[in-house]
Amino acid sequence: MVTPKAPTSNQSEIPCIGTMNLGLTIRGSTLLNDISIQVTTPGVTMILGPNGAGKSLLIKCLHGLIAPTRGRFEIGLHQRGKTIPQAMVFQKPVLLRRSVIDNLQFADRHSHQREALERALEAVSLLEKKDQPATQLSGGEQQRLSLARALITKPKLLFLDEPTASLDPASVLIIEQLIKQASQQGVKSVFISHDIGQAKRLGSDVIFLNRGQVIEHTDAATFFTNPHSREAKAYLDGEIVL
Amino acid sequence: MPDSAFLEAFGLIATANADLYEILWLSVQVSITALLISVFLGFPIGTTLAILDFRGKNLCTTLLNALMGLPPVVVGLLVYLALSRSGPFGVLGLLYTPTAMVIAQVVLITPIIAALTYQVMDDLHREYRELFLSLNIQLPKAISTYLWDARYSLITTVLAGFGRAISEVGAVMIVGGNIDHLTRVMTTAIALETSKGELAIALALGVVLLTLALIVNGLVTAVRTRARKYGYT
Amino acid sequence: MTLKETLRTISIALFIPLGSTLAVADSIIVQSTTSTKNSGLYDHILPIVKEDTGITVNVVAVGTGQAIKNAQRCDGDVLLVHAKSSEEKFVAQGFGIKRSDLMYNDFVIVGPNNDPARIQGSKDVSKSLSAIVSNRALFVSRGDDSGTHKAELRLWQASGIDPASASGSWYRETGSGMGATLNTAVGMGAYAMTDRATWIKFGNKGDFKIHVEGDTRLFNQYGVILVNPKNCPNVKSSAGQQFIDWLLSDRGQSIIGSYQVNGKQLFFPNAN
Repeated sequence: MVTPKAPTSNQSEIPCIGTMNLGLTIRGSTLLNDISIQVTTPGVTMILGPNGAGKSLLIKCLHGLIAPTRGRFEIGLHQRGKTIPQAMVFQKPVLLRRSVIDNLQFADRHSHQREALERALEAVSLLEKKDQPATQLSGGEQQRLSLARALITKPKLLFLDEPTASLDPASVLIIEQLIKQASQQGVKSVFISHDIGQAKRLGSDVIFLNRGQVIEHTDAATFFTNPHSREAKAYLDGEIVL
Repeated sequence: MPDSAFLEAFGLIATANADLYEILWLSVQVSITALLISVFLGFPIGTTLAILDFRGKNLCTTLLNALMGLPPVVVGLLVYLALSRSGPFGVLGLLYTPTAMVIAQVVLITPIIAALTYQVMDDLHREYRELFLSLNIQLPKAISTYLWDARYSLITTVLAGFGRAISEVGAVMIVGGNIDHLTRVMTTAIALETSKGELAIALALGVVLLTLALIVNGLVTAVRTRARKYGYT
Repeated sequence: MTLKETLRTISIALFIPLGSTLAVADSIIVQSTTSTKNSGLYDHILPIVKEDTGITVNVVAVGTGQAIKNAQRCDGDVLLVHAKSSEEKFVAQGFGIKRSDLMYNDFVIVGPNNDPARIQGSKDVSKSLSAIVSNRALFVSRGDDSGTHKAELRLWQASGIDPASASGSWYRETGSGMGATLNTAVGMGAYAMTDRATWIKFGNKGDFKIHVEGDTRLFNQYGVILVNPKNCPNVKSSAGQQFIDWLLSDRGQSIIGSYQVNGKQLFFPNAN
């Protein structure tokens, strides 16, 4: 395991994530084991790994949806350890049974003007559907709305659990562009994907998980050109990793 | 025979038979009052059970589902014993009044409303729980969101409760006494006319009750169709 | 209208009428037999009672046995039933003040037109019952501890027959009111014993007719009793007594006697 390079001073507003021996055991089976990572870089941290590796469980732990059974973790700004606003986009979009714009408004903690909400919908190409029932949208549209909803909360840290799995290419493009844009504005993203191309396009560093353990954590360039572990190599070669 | 009953039914309605309207109006009054109280009790019970995690939750839901099947005559008997002048609440003088019938129907349909609400809310809670945690939604806002987002299912639940209340005879017969111009409702009137051998009138009243049931079911279907149209099921 | 106003309007519309029925000052509850109610007697006399005395009489019609038990639990002000020995016991035990004879009619045995037991025209009820048994005909009983049921059991006993041992075979107990029992009898083509008033008013006779009548043992006496306020403090004794006095008065008795269905008198007043 390689520790990524130390943060530079101008990244002091970037949230960092630190875990120490994090573990999760549910009904006797160990799903996450001894996870110790330090994420201090800006941009998008990709989490890769085969199905069942524990990727979703890890970000749910970090986001506070599941309490780990062992170890501890910390999320904070570099300057001081205060809590920071975070949001999450789920693999399966969860939308309320109301209109598109009302879904956005539901999550809005900052009492945005209607125009601001409409701009947010414009950014995900949903403005003309703003008064439609959200549950009637296509899968790609639903996920775009989910991302818009996550961003309207103005997070500093954004967790994304395979948001683009089985979406149409246009929706994938919109979502990736928004993530990049958010990164430029100082939002730290942790992004789970099965799409190696996507990981190459977005990732600044990669955490490779297998069987509930961190196999490798390195910067993206190194990971894709020269992975250290046998499992990561096999995964990148498209082999089945057990 | 059924033909003459239908003719009689329409005759009763067309001639604006005062007794019929009195009975029908009392039926509706009693059942809607009982329904409002049951909704007031059943929604919070069902929602609380769905949202909160506590020891004995399974026992509570099992009990609630069992109570759904309470036989009306047993409810009638229990309410009768409670309200009888020599019973614990006898001093209130409620036996053989519409209020007694309301109480019996509340006992009967509150578990139904609560159990159906629980099912609806439990499904919704499983779907929304992580989102609400993620968005840091506080409990009061979460509950009002559940109630609003489950609105179509809850309307169906309420209509189901109403259907059960208005068509019930065993309990209201015992606690109401089927007293003319005081506690006679559609179902007890049907029972009385049947016992008098006036089967055509009984069937005519049945047709009126059936019409009411059809209207309620029509509303349920309309609500479901609308919900499905929006993808809000 | 806002939602709040609508709800308020609905609640007023629903609750006020329900509440107001409780506040009726001069209303009494009469625990009564089904026969007096199903015969339509109350519809005939109660409007006149209301006019004469101002009292609203609410009738709960159940079998005599249940009526007596309800009155013992204080759920009634006046008891109007037809089982003399049970009534006298009710008074003797202190539940009622005084029993008065009110009126009578008679029981009849009805059955299908084809008359499988060949009892048509008999004036001997014991022989008729024996014939029903020996011809393996069906008999439907109230089986509900009502006045009619008690009278029927006395007749079986007088005929030396124990119908309970045949319960479920030719002897069928419905455990229901007179009307429901008659519906069952008509449905099964079985004989049944009923008070004449209920039979005359009964609307679902099918091909049934009266086979046995006129035996003195078929006499059916009705009595009226005020529930004892010493035992039940909430009994409306003055209104209840007023109602009883009216029933026993010359006027009340003649109005009872004037009630007819299809030109036939149903009840014969016989107050002392």
